[in-house]
Amino acid sequence: MRFMIIVKATQASEAGVLPPERVIAELAAYRDQLVRAGVLLDAAGLQPSAKGWRIRCAGTKRTVIDGPFANTRELIAGYILIQAQSKAEALEWSRRFPNPVFDGQDGEIEVRQLVEWETFGFGAATESWRKLWVEMG
Amino acid sequence: MVKSSEAHRAVEAIWRIESSKIIAALARRVRDIGLAEELAQDALVAALERWPEQGIPDNPGAWLLVVAKRRFIDLIRHKALHQHKEPELTREIEGQLQDAAPVETDAALDEPVADDLLRLMFVACHPVLSTEARVALTLRLLGGLTTEEIARAFLVAEPTVAQRIVRAKRTLAEARVSFEVPRGSELAGRLASVLEVIYLIFNEGYAATAGDRWLRPELCDEALRLGRILATLAPAEPEVHGLIALMEFQASRAWARVNADGEPILLADQNRSLWDRVLIRRGFVALARIEALGQSYGPYALQAAIAACHARASTATETDWQRIAALYDALAQLAPSPVVELNRAVALAMAFGPAAGLEAVDGLAAEPALKHYHLLPSVRGDLLAKLGRFEEARPEFARAAALTRNERERKMLLERARR
Repeated sequence: MRFMIIVKATQASEAGVLPPERVIAELAAYRDQLVRAGVLLDAAGLQPSAKGWRIRCAGTKRTVIDGPFANTRELIAGYILIQAQSKAEALEWSRRFPNPVFDGQDGEIEVRQLVEWETFGFGAATESWRKLWVEMG
Repeated sequence: MVKSSEAHRAVEAIWRIESSKIIAALARRVRDIGLAEELAQDALVAALERWPEQGIPDNPGAWLLVVAKRRFIDLIRHKALHQHKEPELTREIEGQLQDAAPVETDAALDEPVADDLLRLMFVACHPVLSTEARVALTLRLLGGLTTEEIARAFLVAEPTVAQRIVRAKRTLAEARVSFEVPRGSELAGRLASVLEVIYLIFNEGYAATAGDRWLRPELCDEALRLGRILATLAPAEPEVHGLIALMEFQASRAWARVNADGEPILLADQNRSLWDRVLIRRGFVALARIEALGQSYGPYALQAAIAACHARASTATETDWQRIAALYDALAQLAPSPVVELNRAVALAMAFGPAAGLEAVDGLAAEPALKHYHLLPSVRGDLLAKLGRFEEARPEFARAAALTRNERERKMLLERARR
């Protein structure tokens, strides 16, 4: 099973300020631990929401809303995708995540499990999901 | 109660993450992986007793290692007492274990352990052991799996696995296998054994040879994990990256190769939008590592390069079959086998027409190694059907159905035999 460790944005990340050397070193060491344990699948940091946009859908109408966006705590600054044998293992890895915040505020990391075929097992639910996926693709 | 079961799950998760490093670090000191594992298990028992009440320590890996080392000291003292051994020996060993201070950091546990982990992998896959024993020992010592989990994954009785592990440890002790990374000319053969064990675990999950499920993803995941760990321990070995690339590409298709009833879907018929892009990308990255090393492709890398041809094609008709046929040629030279020849025949059929493939397949008819291999009649039947020779194709599918050990596959073959 796979889990996405989502790092929430902070004022600093939204301002495009790079973390200090110490935090970068901690994050690199953590990433290295994941690699050496064979659990890291993918990871990336995200640029500030000022460089992003949203598309609001209303029926068939599409409206582009340019960033930056308010509610910094609802934004994300990066993610790490890991493969774990159990929810408990993913929890343990996320517990070890270094504090990504350096501007004096509290940091937050959110972990979500990916939807996978094995979530449903084989059967009707898998097939309907598969159809949906094929239509989307 | 809920709280305690949660704590138990947490301990198990930590065990899975830390156990191989702890066993490896202990094995270097005690020079006996059987004893190392017992000491680590003792530490696990202590954790299961204490952590639910006292909470999980900040550095659980270091905690487990310290407890295991203390157990070892106790053991030595106990022995010395009973055998009236000189107290100097005890003191000497205690001196060696001075670094067992509980202040070790994660880095201190990780760093020197990398080499130990590699040694542990080589020992667990030692050629003095049977293949089954290597697989069981690898999953147990490096995967952190319990005997019960291994038994469940391989559909064998738990006591069978337990016995295999006990015997394997005894064999290693009797053979006085050294806890070293093999050097020079020995390395290639020993590394091949490690790769073979990992790929065997993967294949057991990917093309289950027994049982009614065609896929056991937990085994594929475990093999991928072991392979990725090995790549960090032996990054200069091209075939390690070759094997990872091969497994990543194959795993990327896992959920496209069975339908809702769990029946297999052939590569050509698979819905390629279901292929996992993350794993495909990882496969290409692993292949690129071999190029970066300036090394040529070994057998695993060649198979991965073949899988990459499929990954690159957005539809089955876009597949570069001539390249695949050429890669099989190279593979047949490097690692000749009737199974590779059979695959080459399929590639030839795709590149140059079913008649060309059939000619190659017919050349294999007398091959004793393929006498009971269900894919030979299965491929032959397929090529005959493509040539419109259905009367000849049907008995081939029936023969293939009689030979396969997989229920799902048998069903599919019998259906083709009736068409």
